[in-house]
Order: sequence, then C-alpha cells, then structure tokens
Amino acid sequence: MWEALVQPFAEFGFMRRALLGCIAISVGATPVGVFLLLRRMSLTGDAMAHAILPGAAVGYLVAGLSLGAMTIGGLLAGIAVALLSGFVTRVTALREDASLAAFYLISLALGVLIVSTRGSNVDLMHVLFGTVLALNNSALILLCSIASFTLFALALLFRPLVLECADPQFLRAVSRLSAVTHFTFLALVVLNLVGGFHALGTLMVVGIMIVPAAAARFWAASIGGLILAAVAIAVAASVCGLLVSYHFGLPSGPAIILAAGLAYGLSLTFGPAGSFAARAYPYRHVEA
Amino acid sequence: MTYAVAFQDLTLGYDRHPAVRQLDGEVADGSLTAVVGPNGAGKSTLLKGMTGALRPLAGRVDFGTCTRNDIAYLPQQSDIDQSFPITVVDLVAVGLWSEIGGFFGLRATLRARVDDAISAVGLTGFESRPVGSLSGGQLQRALFARLLLQDARLVLLDEPFTAIDAKTMIDLLGVVQRWHGEGRTVIAVLHDAETVREYFPETLILARDLVAHGPTAEVLTAANQFRARQMCEACDGPPHDCGRHAS
Repeated sequence: MWEALVQPFAEFGFMRRALLGCIAISVGATPVGVFLLLRRMSLTGDAMAHAILPGAAVGYLVAGLSLGAMTIGGLLAGIAVALLSGFVTRVTALREDASLAAFYLISLALGVLIVSTRGSNVDLMHVLFGTVLALNNSALILLCSIASFTLFALALLFRPLVLECADPQFLRAVSRLSAVTHFTFLALVVLNLVGGFHALGTLMVVGIMIVPAAAARFWAASIGGLILAAVAIAVAASVCGLLVSYHFGLPSGPAIILAAGLAYGLSLTFGPAGSFAARAYPYRHVEA
Repeated sequence: MTYAVAFQDLTLGYDRHPAVRQLDGEVADGSLTAVVGPNGAGKSTLLKGMTGALRPLAGRVDFGTCTRNDIAYLPQQSDIDQSFPITVVDLVAVGLWSEIGGFFGLRATLRARVDDAISAVGLTGFESRPVGSLSGGQLQRALFARLLLQDARLVLLDEPFTAIDAKTMIDLLGVVQRWHGEGRTVIAVLHDAETVREYFPETLILARDLVAHGPTAEVLTAANQFRARQMCEACDGPPHDCGRHAS
C-alpha cells in the first residue's frame, strides 16, 4: 500500500514535478474558483479557458512550444476578451453572459482555425489537454509565481471582492474600487487559466478551478472555510489523479479532474451542508 | 436656510428614457423628507441619481458642502445577494468603510462600535449568523446598523419598511428619528401615507415631474396624490406630454 502511494513520487522526478505543479495550481486557481462560484460565474471560467486559445496558438506559431510566448499570447487573448465583454456590457444593453459568450466563441473559433491551419493535431492536443508529466523548471516557476501572486492579490482585494459579490451597489456607493476589483478578479481568472493550461490544458484547468470549489460548498459555510476546503480537495484530487494515472496508464489531466469529480459526488451525497444526506437528516434547529 | 441637496433642472433616466424630468428644488439641511408617488414615478431613480450611481441625462445634483463620504444609501433589499456566505457582523462592519477602507483591519475600538450598532437595532446575539438565515426584517435591521456606522450627514433610504413587520418598522423609525434629532438629513422613499404624515415633516411628491414639495401637512393632500397618479398613468400610454398639464 505504502509503495503504491509513495513509491511513484519517491522514485520519479517527473511525478514530483507533476505533483508540485498541481499543488501550485490548486493553491492559486481554486480560491479564484470559489469566488467564481459565489459570484454565480462558474461557467465564466470555462468561457475564459476557451478564450485564451487563439493567443496561445499565435504564441506557438511565433515561437514553437515556448512557455513564455504561449503564456503571453494566452494572457493577452484572455484579457482582451474579458475587457471587450466588460466594455460591451457597460455601454450597451447586452448582459455580461451574452457578450462574454459571443466573444469567447469568436476567440475559440479563431484559435482552432489557427492551430488547424498551421499546426498539427498533436499541438492541438497539447494546448487542449496539457502535459502535466512533462513540466520543466520554467513551467514550475511560472505556476508557483502565479499561485503566490494570486494569493497576494486575493488577500489585498478580499474585502472589496466580497462586497462586489454580496452587495455591489453598496461598494459602488462607498468606493471607486468596484471596477478595479471586477477587472482585477477577471485578470486573476485569466492568469490562472493561462498558467494552468501548461499542465492540464485549456479545457481541464477549468476543472481544477471549479469542481473542488463546488464540492467545498457542501463542507463549509464561511468564505475562508470554503477556500480551505476547496484547496484541500484540489490537492487530494491531484495526488489521487496522478497515482491513478501512474498505476493504470491513464492520461493525468482527466484523471485528476475525475478524482475531483469523485470528491464532488461524495460531497454532494454526504457533506454536512446542504447535501442529500444533510437534507434527509437535518440537524436539530439551533436558536440564535 | 442651507440645503443638503439641490436639484437643478435634473433629468434622470435609463437608455435615454427619462424617469425623472426637469426637477428643481432643495432639500433643507437637517430635514426629514419623504419621497412619495405612484409606482414608476421615478422615486428610486431619484435616489440613485443622488448617490451618483446614475448619471443625469440633463441638469445636476448639488450637494453643497457634502462629499461622497457624507452620503449613506440603503437600496431596496433585492440588490443584496443573501445566498453569499457572510455573517451579520461582517455585513455591518463595512459601514466603517470610510475608516477601514478596503484593506485595514477592525481594531478593538471599531469592533465595539460595530457591536453598539448591532445592539441599537436589536440584533444582539445574531452577530455570527449568516446573512442568508435572517428574515426580511432582521436583514433590514442589520442594514440600518450598517447605516448607523456610516455616520453620514445625508441618509438616503429606498423603501426601507417594505415587507417588514410593524414592530421592526417602529424600531427602525426610531433610528430614523434619532438621525433627525442629531441634525442629519434623511430622505426616504415611502409608500404608506400614514407613516409619512406621522413621522416625516417634509414631503416631496414625484410623478416623473415634481408634483409638490413642502411641509407634509400642506403637501400630502388627496388632490396632490390624485394628480400624481393621473400624471403617471398618462406616462404609461404612447409618448406625448405625459400629463404635465394634468390638474
């Protein structure tokens, strides 16, 4: 048992690198996912993940499988889509979900077109599903830097972000931080998606951002509790997914997200807050 | 007489459709004013215009010596996401925004002020409760506690007593009168004429255009209320002069 759990990480450097990369993504992206969930923007992460594709593709065309070029390209494309959809929402009658959907679909089509005409299927698979078992030092440094920056930014913006979610009208009345908070948050979403796609791909990275956050909803009631529970679930899913991938020869990215999916299934069935079990067997009423 | 807020040919609206038109007038400093009118009369729009959330289509709002930090605004309840996991104490504490801003912590003295405000609205014991578990009346009490902490010279209340029980309304009216006694200016959008007559010395009747503004006893008459209804009904039809000359 011990060998099955520890030996792959003890013996192989690529497994340790994969684990460190996944932990960095879990620590950075999952708290962002908690706020996406609380702002009822869970699907925004998915949209933004598709939106970064043309930028990453252009980066690849310019410099090959270059970490820097693909990161900068993805970042520019994601921020452009976020800013454009935010601008359209603020100056026209279109709601944010509709404007974001339009821009990300255009962006995705552009990305697929670029990759299909100038690249190969292998390249497309790399961008879509990542290469978590082949993370080099530069990629690890990038992932850890993004995680550190995200935690710092969230700590700095925590109160405005909470107010922007719970009572945006009050925030706009007492401060000018509303727009700054909104766009900084979207930039953090893009940054984590761009960082994460090197490991898990543009599609799977949304999974590690959102699925643990959704599972945490059944374990904690406070924002701090939600973030801690989500990060713990994401790290546990990373370890389990990598081990399953190693022992059964399965692709790592989907294995990690499926492990998070299993945690989600268990949480919504047995979690203490709002799960099937909690609703079937409610606690006795507690007086204030 | 100094004014807390003055309207100068103020027109407010959405998508270039005016909801308040060419409003002129002043609200006296330290006054307690009710804004009344039929549904769709532009009452909430007027408050949003005063907070700066809505930019005037024409004209201006002049706050005299007040700054942005001197204004506290209580929107309608529907604007707050009650499913968001924050506690009563967290919701109330942001009333100290002008002192703690977005980044500073709550010192012991400030925490004591938060507890005092919660106590003043009768919510002691509810500090750790999630906002989502509060009734409509309890949430309104919490929001009044937040207003108390804002310590504002001009307090704007948008239908503050809608869907709450009589006891809560009486308690919260006590808070409003306390503000009035302290010399603050309070402007509240209200529907119940009896409450206005009993507690609000000044009244502004709106029906997109100004119908009347002055002492409640002189202004809140059946004739003015009927005229306001007529003017609003005229606006619900095809575009024309919207009953500006209704009498």
